[in-house]
Amino acid sequence: MSSIIIDTSASRGVTELLRFLLESGKIDAAITMRNDPENNTYDLGLITDASNLDEAVPLIPVMTVNAGQALSSISISRKKIAVVLKPCELRAFVELVKREKGSLENLLTISYTCGGVFPLDTVITEQIEELLPKYKKIILNGEIPVNTRDTCRTCEHFIPMNADITVSVIGECKPGAGCVMYLNTEKAEDFAEDFAGERSDRKFDPSALKKTLDARLAEKEKLFASITKDGPGLDRLLDTFGKCVGCHGCSSVCPICYCLLCDFESANFDYNLPYFEEHLSRKGALRLPPDTIFFHLGRLTHMSFSCVGCGMCSDVCPVDIPVAAVFKKTGEKTAALFDYLPGRDVEESIPVMVYKEEEFPDIG
Amino acid sequence: MSEWQPKILAILCNWCSYAGADLAGVSRMQYPPNIRVVRIPCSGRVDPLFIMKSLQSGFDGVLISGCHPGDCHYISGNYVARRKFAVLKPLLEFIGIEPDRVQFSWISAGEGERFATVVTKVTEDIRKLGPSTRLVKKL
Repeated sequence: MSSIIIDTSASRGVTELLRFLLESGKIDAAITMRNDPENNTYDLGLITDASNLDEAVPLIPVMTVNAGQALSSISISRKKIAVVLKPCELRAFVELVKREKGSLENLLTISYTCGGVFPLDTVITEQIEELLPKYKKIILNGEIPVNTRDTCRTCEHFIPMNADITVSVIGECKPGAGCVMYLNTEKAEDFAEDFAGERSDRKFDPSALKKTLDARLAEKEKLFASITKDGPGLDRLLDTFGKCVGCHGCSSVCPICYCLLCDFESANFDYNLPYFEEHLSRKGALRLPPDTIFFHLGRLTHMSFSCVGCGMCSDVCPVDIPVAAVFKKTGEKTAALFDYLPGRDVEESIPVMVYKEEEFPDIG
Repeated sequence: MSEWQPKILAILCNWCSYAGADLAGVSRMQYPPNIRVVRIPCSGRVDPLFIMKSLQSGFDGVLISGCHPGDCHYISGNYVARRKFAVLKPLLEFIGIEPDRVQFSWISAGEGERFATVVTKVTEDIRKLGPSTRLVKKL
């Protein structure tokens, strides 16, 4: 598998690749982050006309929606689509494909070594362009920008898994060094066949990003310690969730929470008069809306092992519950039982959908 | 005042464990009266949420019992259940529920004696732990 080096910035290089693919008719549509200059807002765009690519900012460290989730229904069309995703978005999409909520068949996935994204709060209150130069300098140095999402600062899976094309953003893509794209699959070779740029045999070298990895792991340890079993965190864990106002925002932005009818929004959780009467006759008081903590416990048992740690949930929480950090920590524990890593391999089955006859002898 | 008695929810599968409980009954075996039995078609039907909900509603412990691995009436229900419980265990630990409060066992229809032993053991384990307070709904 080869690589392409283009003498431009990584962001422009990716935009040019999308332009080439659209103009040559190799793809019908492209999905990428774009910047609306008029309103100065960022969004994820589905683009079919190459002239709209002028506004594309494919590598902007902003996640308005998990692209894996947005891609789900689009991906089952027969159209060829090239999509630029962050590594966690790609992993989330792979998890959805396993749940038959998407298809990789007609997609060309372009992902990149990710430096983390800014929280949505920052996106709406500050000028991202002004933050970018400093952000780039920090991630090229293998350090962690303090103003990114906590899940990003602690994410060790910043190198894309399964991407057709990997673009180098952190580490070697120094100013003036050009944009390096690694073509990981035959599909990628086919699509990029007549694309400009210098070809080389250079292979992606994860060891070059060791500094970033170490920094992230250290940061993760700190985050997990703050919500750990023996620390001050656990005693407050239920109180933390106790702040929940029951908006269900975390589940609606979660790429893994895919159920069309969530159990918690189904008739199972219709609170009718007999429910209130029964409860009140015992306790004499009831917190409204009921079962806000139960909702989180339910989500934890249902899908924690598939959590990719994108951080959307914490970002949209109106009362600042660190949902993502809790999911990331428990998810790692539950996934480890099955040696499972969400989004690693589309052939890997979801742990609770399969079983082995001989396992977990300590249960029962 | 009489001594505190633990309240334990026993979720038993229809084909093995419930029949096991029945056998213990007709054989006039003695076991503590602290369990409240819910009969379900298969241990695979148990959503971990049932367990959470019962702890939240004030049960001091939960016992889930199904057919022995390999003996499921529906062939693989208890294998699936076992995976779900495996996921649940670290989660319970994470939210600070003592591991002994939620117990799993495999009891066949012929094991009336085992049923009585398991219930006795679970009751004693939970009695030692005392009343559950961690998840119980205050309001």
